[in-house]
Amino acid sequence: MKTTRYLIAAAALLCALATGAAAAGPEAQQKNIILATTTSTQDSGLLDALLPVFEKQSGYFVKTIAVGSGQAIAMGAKGEADVLLVHSPADEKKFIDEGNGGRRLLIMHNDFIIVGPATDPAGIKAAKSAPEAFKKIAGKKALFLSRGDKSGTHSKEKKIWETAAIDPENQPWYQQTGLGMGQTLSVAAEKKGYTLADRGTYLSLKKNLGLDVLCQGDKSLLNIYHVIEVSPQKWPKVNAAGAKAFTDFMVSASTQKLIGAFGVEKFGAALFTPDAGKSVESLGK
Amino acid sequence: MDLILEGLWQAIVLLCTLDPETWRITLLSLQVSGAATLVSLFIGMSAGICLALADFRGKNLVVSIINTGMGLPPVVVGLFVTIFLWRNGPLGFLGMLYTPGAIILAQAVIATPIVAGITVAAIQNLPRNLRLQILALGATRFQMVLLLIREARLPLLAAVMAGFGGVISEVGASIMVGGNIKGYTRVLTTATVMETSKGNFDIAIALGIILLILTFAVNYILTHIQQHDRPR
Repeated sequence: MKTTRYLIAAAALLCALATGAAAAGPEAQQKNIILATTTSTQDSGLLDALLPVFEKQSGYFVKTIAVGSGQAIAMGAKGEADVLLVHSPADEKKFIDEGNGGRRLLIMHNDFIIVGPATDPAGIKAAKSAPEAFKKIAGKKALFLSRGDKSGTHSKEKKIWETAAIDPENQPWYQQTGLGMGQTLSVAAEKKGYTLADRGTYLSLKKNLGLDVLCQGDKSLLNIYHVIEVSPQKWPKVNAAGAKAFTDFMVSASTQKLIGAFGVEKFGAALFTPDAGKSVESLGK
Repeated sequence: MDLILEGLWQAIVLLCTLDPETWRITLLSLQVSGAATLVSLFIGMSAGICLALADFRGKNLVVSIINTGMGLPPVVVGLFVTIFLWRNGPLGFLGMLYTPGAIILAQAVIATPIVAGITVAAIQNLPRNLRLQILALGATRFQMVLLLIREARLPLLAAVMAGFGGVISEVGASIMVGGNIKGYTRVLTTATVMETSKGNFDIAIALGIILLILTFAVNYILTHIQQHDRPR
């Protein structure tokens, strides 16, 4: 009967572990905030720098769900998140117009860049704007990797194609990964293709990539982040007080200072420019 | 090659320096998947035994469904559990989404058909006369079930290993229903995915190695129990 005794011991151990799991973690429902955000804020490490400060100040526990901006906005539109931190202005406006949101405040920006192999087969280095660079890529039928996941980056990319008056869908040189920014960059590096990336993710991955920044600085490449409160009128279960506390925290002077300093130590340059209180039109001037 | 060595080195460093974050992630993986396996054992074994002993029309259909369930894709389970647990979903009042409890639930759904399927096979594989003999010796039905479990313990332990192995290595459901929240629902597999997308391949490899060591340790213990008193 030795086995039985072992089995009882194993079961007891599992039970102990299970109760441990159930007891772990913060309690109290209304003390939780669900923050739906883009992968770039998590992957760049910005949230790891900001959230502990917020949690300590406010006593809220932030459940960060890092997905593409498209999915984050969709979560907000279903009332499944309390507050959003996203970078897809066109989709955000639609979200607000549909009455899903409360306050929508400008937080920060950085920029998108077009990266590709150092050899630059399509010669986009000579391009003066992003749409022109895309035209060159299409003209040379050089491989372009798209996120294809309705993320903020993907929606920006589609807009640039639109401005360039090119429909890349179903072209053999245009491939959609359906993956996050980091993985899409890796695919572009492996296949020696071009892609559009946010500077933060590119900088944090640069060491393993072997991709160069080939086009940057165009005003159409601005990458603008807003924080949006999800409407408690439309979704009564939303933690409105928590969302307000988080929004106030993000635009506060001390947080803005933290954002401005983030990345200086690790990358030698700030990854984001804090913008609270400014107007979108004034950016990039 | 350098990257793999670097990853190995990272794993050793993370383990030996008792990095608190890594330990927390590892412990949570063990707790969550252990609890899920336990739940699936209760449900899966009860269902499997009932099914193996019962005779009814359509039994083949039910067993086929369970056997199909053994290959349930974790992301599909994750998707359905998420939809059910949404605030405004049918089980939203539980407030369970993005908690360790939600991961346990999803993993239990994944592991239960595995345990049930192997249990059915294990019990049905016992000689049919054994049941008659046990009952003829005056055992109650409950006693008979206990004896059958005892007789089928080797394949049943295999069911435990398959169930546990299935859920601890699973990432699709955990990331959807748990959300990979730092210090709360981040487990080894979801942390590996995140570190990969962050480009920290050495840490990702290290986490993968820790997961392998953990799974090996658990399976070693279970195998030890299993082989200890196999019929010689």
